[in-house]
Amino acid sequence: MKLLRLKPGHGEVVLAEGDIEAPEQERELIEAFRRELDAGMWAAVPTESRDGRRQAELVKSFADVPRDAERVIFFPRAAGGASRAAR
Amino acid sequence: MALALGTATVVLVALLWELSRSRITAAITDRRVRKRGSAQRVSEIGYDPGRELRAEQRARSLLRSCIEDEDWAMYRDLGFLRVWGGLGDRARAAGASYAYLIYPHRPILAYLPQTGALLSEYCVAFPDLSRPYGSARLPDSDDVLAKWMALTADERGLIADANMHLPGRQIDPDQVRRDLLRLARWERERIGRSKIGRRASDVERAA
Repeated sequence: MKLLRLKPGHGEVVLAEGDIEAPEQERELIEAFRRELDAGMWAAVPTESRDGRRQAELVKSFADVPRDAERVIFFPRAAGGASRAAR
Repeated sequence: MALALGTATVVLVALLWELSRSRITAAITDRRVRKRGSAQRVSEIGYDPGRELRAEQRARSLLRSCIEDEDWAMYRDLGFLRVWGGLGDRARAAGASYAYLIYPHRPILAYLPQTGALLSEYCVAFPDLSRPYGSARLPDSDDVLAKWMALTADERGLIADANMHLPGRQIDPDQVRRDLLRLARWERERIGRSKIGRRASDVERAA
């Protein structure tokens, strides 16, 4: 499993990577996961349904991450309002 | 007595000011220089076209790996992504009662696919307050990915967090209508191409 974070000026960064079945690596993944949530990030797991439809699932704890998930993507929390300058 | 005390106080304050003036002035100047230096550093790392380009390339490849092939082709060819609405009377899929257009760093736009009527703009941003390179803005494709993930995972929550406005506040409605026409044409061409491809493979199989 890979924990990725979307970052301005860089694109995604790999925060941690490990085998969820190995206790030591799972612990490291959990610590990295918590650090990001504590920093105010949202965590999403891209998923694919049986009919091939892709979507994402927001998770609030490591226990919610499907065991077979390949990636968890962290990104800044949504804030309402974009600048009018975008026009 | 009071007059003497008052005079002594004034003299004392004036003396203290004279003694500490040079130190205070130096401290203020030093602070200004430091502030100017840090602002310069921020502006130095603020924008690097090469870095921004690499960031966008990384973001595009991540977006491509997360969304469906057809959605990726749509974003690549048209510059925006359509996501079917999931809260209406019909399920999230082609034929849903409403849909969204996701543009990079612009509001999410809700519309009715059957009529092309624009419903509303949902202003939402994903600012990274740690500003790793002096900017809080994600690369374009990461912004689209963040919107797509939030919308497909928790449509109701994202829409509740967003600032809702009538269409036309930030995105020109004429431009959206043109984009919807481009999307319709793009879909027709894609269907046409896939029909031709299927016919060709049928002919090959028959031969």
